Amino acid sequence: MSHQQIDQFAHRLDKGVRDSVLGGSAAGTEKRRQVLFGDLPNADSLRALAGRIKQHTLEHLDRYLEAAEERLIDNGAKVHFAWDAASACQQVETLLRERGVRQVTKSKTMVSEEIELNRHLAEKGFDLVETDLGEFIVQLDGDHPSHVVKPIIHKNRSQIAKTFERCGLGDYNDDPETITRRAREYMRRKYLSAEASITGANFVSAESGRLCIVTNEGNSRFGLAGARVHIALVGIEKLVPDDRSLSLMLNLLGRSATGQNLTVYTEFIRGPRQPEAISGPEEMHVIFVNAGRTETLASDCREILRCIRCGACMNVCPVYRQSSGHAYRSVYPGPLGAVLSPLLAGSARFAEFADLPKASSLCGACNEVCPVDIPIPDLLLRLRDRAHREHAPAAFDDAPNLKPWAMLAKSPAAWRMSLRAANMLNIVPLGFLPFGPLGRWTSQRTLPSWRGGRYRQWAAERKKQKNNPS
Amino acid sequence: MMTCLCDAFFDDVARATHEVLESLGIEVIVPESQTCCGQPAFNGGDWASARQVIRHTLNVFQGDCPIIVPSGSCAAMSFHGALLAHEKETDLPQVQAFGARTWEICDFLRNGLGIESWEGRLDARVAIHSSCHSRGTGTPEAIRTLVGSIAGVTLLDFTQPEQCCGFGGTFSVTFPHISGSMGRLKIDSVRATHPDLLVSGDMSCLMHLNGLAEKQGSPLPVKHAIQVLRDARVTPVTVQ
Ligand code: SF4
Repeated sequence: MSHQQIDQFAHRLDKGVRDSVLGGSAAGTEKRRQVLFGDLPNADSLRALAGRIKQHTLEHLDRYLEAAEERLIDNGAKVHFAWDAASACQQVETLLRERGVRQVTKSKTMVSEEIELNRHLAEKGFDLVETDLGEFIVQLDGDHPSHVVKPIIHKNRSQIAKTFERCGLGDYNDDPETITRRAREYMRRKYLSAEASITGANFVSAESGRLCIVTNEGNSRFGLAGARVHIALVGIEKLVPDDRSLSLMLNLLGRSATGQNLTVYTEFIRGPRQPEAISGPEEMHVIFVNAGRTETLASDCREILRCIRCGACMNVCPVYRQSSGHAYRSVYPGPLGAVLSPLLAGSARFAEFADLPKASSLCGACNEVCPVDIPIPDLLLRLRDRAHREHAPAAFDDAPNLKPWAMLAKSPAAWRMSLRAANMLNIVPLGFLPFGPLGRWTSQRTLPSWRGGRYRQWAAERKKQKNNPS
Repeated sequence: MMTCLCDAFFDDVARATHEVLESLGIEVIVPESQTCCGQPAFNGGDWASARQVIRHTLNVFQGDCPIIVPSGSCAAMSFHGALLAHEKETDLPQVQAFGARTWEICDFLRNGLGIESWEGRLDARVAIHSSCHSRGTGTPEAIRTLVGSIAGVTLLDFTQPEQCCGFGGTFSVTFPHISGSMGRLKIDSVRATHPDLLVSGDMSCLMHLNGLAEKQGSPLPVKHAIQVLRDARVTPVTVQ
């Protein structure tokens, strides 16, 4: 019997990585708290409102998706739908190929990680560069992001400096400004030569078709400024009903994600370049990606699709802090990933990720910080129940069998006997302990002495006394 | 409801609950057939077993008296978890009614009975760990107010109070390393304030934290909030 995979991963984790993750996420949590509640004392009611808006959108997704499509077409964009990862990659490839494009810039998009677009395009001979600094470093290292907002939270600057040196971006120098300047110089050339730029979208307004994209580095704008073709990959859950909702979402997103009142750059893009505009892509393609979302929508965990990818839940999560994002073996780490990854995997691959919902003490901190008020612990519990019903082996690694305990807990006579007997023998009855096997507990901690049934005895005597006051 | 942990290990916590309630003129009934709230199976993902235990508990606690529990976690199981486990079951209304009668003891004293301050004396520097399952309930504020109002008590603020202690039921044994690290972080931040007492509304957190601390060689002075309240005074205040 082995411990849960995530626990093993955390145990083996390099100390430097753990310190980076722990420090980075704790700082993120603290900044969020200060800025969010400093600016918006009623933040908790705003979180609830944002949650309701997103939930409403999801419940009428068919309608809003159609509306968004119509608006975008009216605005001159082309709209495509991709059912799964393979079809999304194929559609991007075809769009690029038909236009003779080989050089591409891409700003941060999590859905492109899901569909493994970089790998696909590289295999097909395209030259794609990530323009978000964190993602760029991940790309240079052939690594994976370990956080949805801070992809390199697991790296420190000396590692980054080494990467830059190795990739010919200058001699070793770990001064952050130098690193940024070198990346900028490298990127500028790419911006000028790339003919297409790929982005994601943080939100899409069904009312106007506006895509809302936020960045802190302006990299998405740079990418689009030089490109002829704009391809936006958008998960179908990114919709909001109207432009007005964007203000609420943006107010919450920046503060929850990075403790900023607003991200540095916020773009609203409703279509390709208009005749009177002096620059901008001539063509705009929006690919709405399903990749497991409709199945998630049909499940009893659909609330997770409200997520606006702020990363606050992973920052605050004590399990994420100890284990890092890579422990979750999927694109989305932390509490978000523990719910979303098994669901997006689809029923065929659910079992593979069935241990993720177990990686939580159910402390509820994630729900408390979530800007769209997703009841993450409830969803984790529903998924645990599902993993149990479907007998997913990964969920059972090292998990105590609770059947004997449950038998005892519904047979009061046996329960009492077990308490008393153990008390007399001065042992801990193993079947009694819901968190057994005992050795697992005592490997880390001492166990208090067994006092089974003592209170019952006291209470019975007290009752006697009260009934016959002498 | 005495909780399975107090039934097995912490009889004095159940007794303190009993004594405090009686001192306020409340009749305390202890149904013999009670066992557990069902949380271990529920959190472990075995909802079918959990429902059996919940139904047993429902049966044992029939009637309409308030059900008082010396644990924020078991209380939350009764008014939240049990509902979730029964969301597709026909007896959901009974489970809801049961949940609506269930109170964590300090929440009951503060918000059920309206007690605003606690008489008595305790000369101690006290750190309070709010258990995670009492998030969003009346319990954390109730414990701070009541314990804080005892003459002689100095409440201490430690860093990152919102961080979980790492117990989490079966989590503590299936994720021993993460659970242990979480607990040691909590112990460090608590110890940094040099408390005379670490107080909580949940013995599970305290059992885990003290178990870790003892393993490190220096136990933590832990007490349940209701023990602190009982020990601070013997004579009751009048209830409004
Ligand atoms: S689940 Fe909530 S807190 Fe976590 S990333 Fe998504 S929106 Fe943010």
